Amino acid sequence: MARVGLGSATAEGDRNRLAVWIEHHPLAAVVLAAAIVFLLWLVFADWPEEFERWAGRKRVFVSALLNGITLGGLYFLVAAGFSLIFGLMRNVNLAHGSLYLFGGYLGYATVQATGSWLPAFLVAFVLVALAGLLLQVLVFRHMEGEELRQTLVTIGLSIVFADLMLWVWGGDFYQIPTPDWLAGPVELPIVLDVRPNGEAVYLRYPRVRLVIFAASVVLGLLLWLIVNKTRIGTLIRAGVDDREMLAASAVPVQLLFALVFAFGAGLAGMAGVVGGTFQSLSPGEDTRFLLASLVVVIVGGMGSIPGAALGALLIGLAEQFGSVYLPTYAIVFSFLIMVLVLAFRPQGLLSLR
Amino acid sequence: MAAAPVAEAAAPGSAPRTSAAGGIPTSGWILALVLLLMPTFASDFFLVQVFGWAFVLGTIALSLQFLAGYGGMVSLVQMTVAGFAGYMVAILGTSGLAQISLGWPFWLAVPTAIALAVLFGTLSGALAVRTAGIYTIMITLAIAAAFFYFTRQNETVFGGFLGFNGVRAPVFWGIDWRAPVPFYYLCLAWAAIAWGLVVWVVRAPFGLALQGIRDNPRRMAALGFDVTAHRIAAYAFAAFLAAPAGILLTWLNGQIAPGTVGIGPVIDVLVIAVIGGLGRPIGPFVGALLYVLLRIFAMDLLVALGLSGQRFQLVIGLGFLLTVLFSPDGILGLWERHIRPRLAGERGGGR
Repeated sequence: MARVGLGSATAEGDRNRLAVWIEHHPLAAVVLAAAIVFLLWLVFADWPEEFERWAGRKRVFVSALLNGITLGGLYFLVAAGFSLIFGLMRNVNLAHGSLYLFGGYLGYATVQATGSWLPAFLVAFVLVALAGLLLQVLVFRHMEGEELRQTLVTIGLSIVFADLMLWVWGGDFYQIPTPDWLAGPVELPIVLDVRPNGEAVYLRYPRVRLVIFAASVVLGLLLWLIVNKTRIGTLIRAGVDDREMLAASAVPVQLLFALVFAFGAGLAGMAGVVGGTFQSLSPGEDTRFLLASLVVVIVGGMGSIPGAALGALLIGLAEQFGSVYLPTYAIVFSFLIMVLVLAFRPQGLLSLR
Repeated sequence: MAAAPVAEAAAPGSAPRTSAAGGIPTSGWILALVLLLMPTFASDFFLVQVFGWAFVLGTIALSLQFLAGYGGMVSLVQMTVAGFAGYMVAILGTSGLAQISLGWPFWLAVPTAIALAVLFGTLSGALAVRTAGIYTIMITLAIAAAFFYFTRQNETVFGGFLGFNGVRAPVFWGIDWRAPVPFYYLCLAWAAIAWGLVVWVVRAPFGLALQGIRDNPRRMAALGFDVTAHRIAAYAFAAFLAAPAGILLTWLNGQIAPGTVGIGPVIDVLVIAVIGGLGRPIGPFVGALLYVLLRIFAMDLLVALGLSGQRFQLVIGLGFLLTVLFSPDGILGLWERHIRPRLAGERGGGR
């Protein structure tokens, strides 16, 4: 139960932690290393025929893997804000899914109006962040410390938002069109098959998914840097560890809370644009992404950015592999991961509290 | 002995009143009489679609109220437990899906369904109590969602998207229990039993210990109480209240489908319990009656206000929001704080 801050260790400290972990769990380390090597072999090797007969086509496996990773990137964008808001303010924002969907619809409207894709991110981020700011300043700040009441308010808000959005945008499916410069597939250096004439078949994968995934990785790193290397990040980490102490240290906590809530909400709004391009927007997506965020942060650990990343990756992969190899039980996979984590590490995989 | 003082010093705000005045007040007798004589003057529609439905929803919300009000655990899995029992009755008993339903007689299917649902509720509780406080709401919501998606995807056991139809109350003792009047009494009976059980349990040593754990788990642990075991037992008891209600709900609708255990209904049960008031076991029934009336008559109300009749969720959501914002202890709390003192004041002083 060591109360260490949100990823407070430096890069050097991380290396030490890894070394210590290997020292304490030699068997687990060997198994993990073998699994990584096997995974690399699975991705890059030309599968022998017998193996392919047993495990199915390589194309299916690699697509599921990439889809899972890129879906994990989207889940990370949504869950990171949720996790930050909870970590700092102890506010389980069950309206987070509504913010995601709201951002998506705003992005769609922007693309329709301007005809270009990038402004959608800006509009969604700014407007949804503003909505988050208003919520924090007008509602949640007046019920600080009443965790249950805040959560109930967010449930009420999510019901109201869902119906308002249904009112405005109806029950249709919307998809944000992919811009031309991102459309089409890109060839990856992953061999799927070798033709009899010796020509290798490479995997082709949608460019937009790769770009979005890269962007979410960059954003994640940026977030990690902000939290760990800047003054405002120090304040956030201090608040996560001990809110009362921070408030007593003449730090304008209310301003900090409002900023973090706005930022987390804006992130969800931006994720909505990503989700609208990736998949589609419709009523019900708000609940879906809220639940994904819940499971991601339960698995990864509340309030931890690396935890959200790991949880998002695991859940994204579980969902994609589940739907490819065991369609009926796809949902059970991510649920099973949650159950196992709760049973053996209830505070979450990378939680530090 | 050890638990009593802790329970007395209950949490501020929505702390349930455990020390009810001895005896049943006159209003209680009148209410019981009205409910018992209801079939003599109410139409079949009111008996089943209004009161039957309200009793069933109220009982499910009561199981939530018990966990939240006395155990401090806001569990969103109660509707799922009820739906699970309904599914079990459809699978074990008879339904329109003959290739899945096993066709057991009702006296075997119903107790087995309840037992399985209690097991399900207990296991969910065992998972949820792994972490305490505000996490409970998230974990139980995730369990409820997983069950919903699972029933929707699974064709072989749960009948997929369409679920089961033609699940009817049985005929026994020469009474057709699916007829409106017997069915009304069936719902009333279970609601009354469940209410009585909660009132009894919260004054029994177990209930007092549970309230002690709600207020200060560390102190209770130090006194030698097994905190985790008490919490899991509370989930088991709540599941036992919700499971028969779920079977009644299935009989009432004649069907059970993923929509019954969807996120919407799961949240609605919480809304019902909170609007009614988490403070006392009667609260959920007040909330349920209001919810059912709103559900049935909201269309006319909304049209009268110049809105589309489809904005029902908006009304429910706003009502819930206003309740949480301005009267966290629900309608009952509003009554206790504002209306009753005024009534007493008009009569000249009051107590």
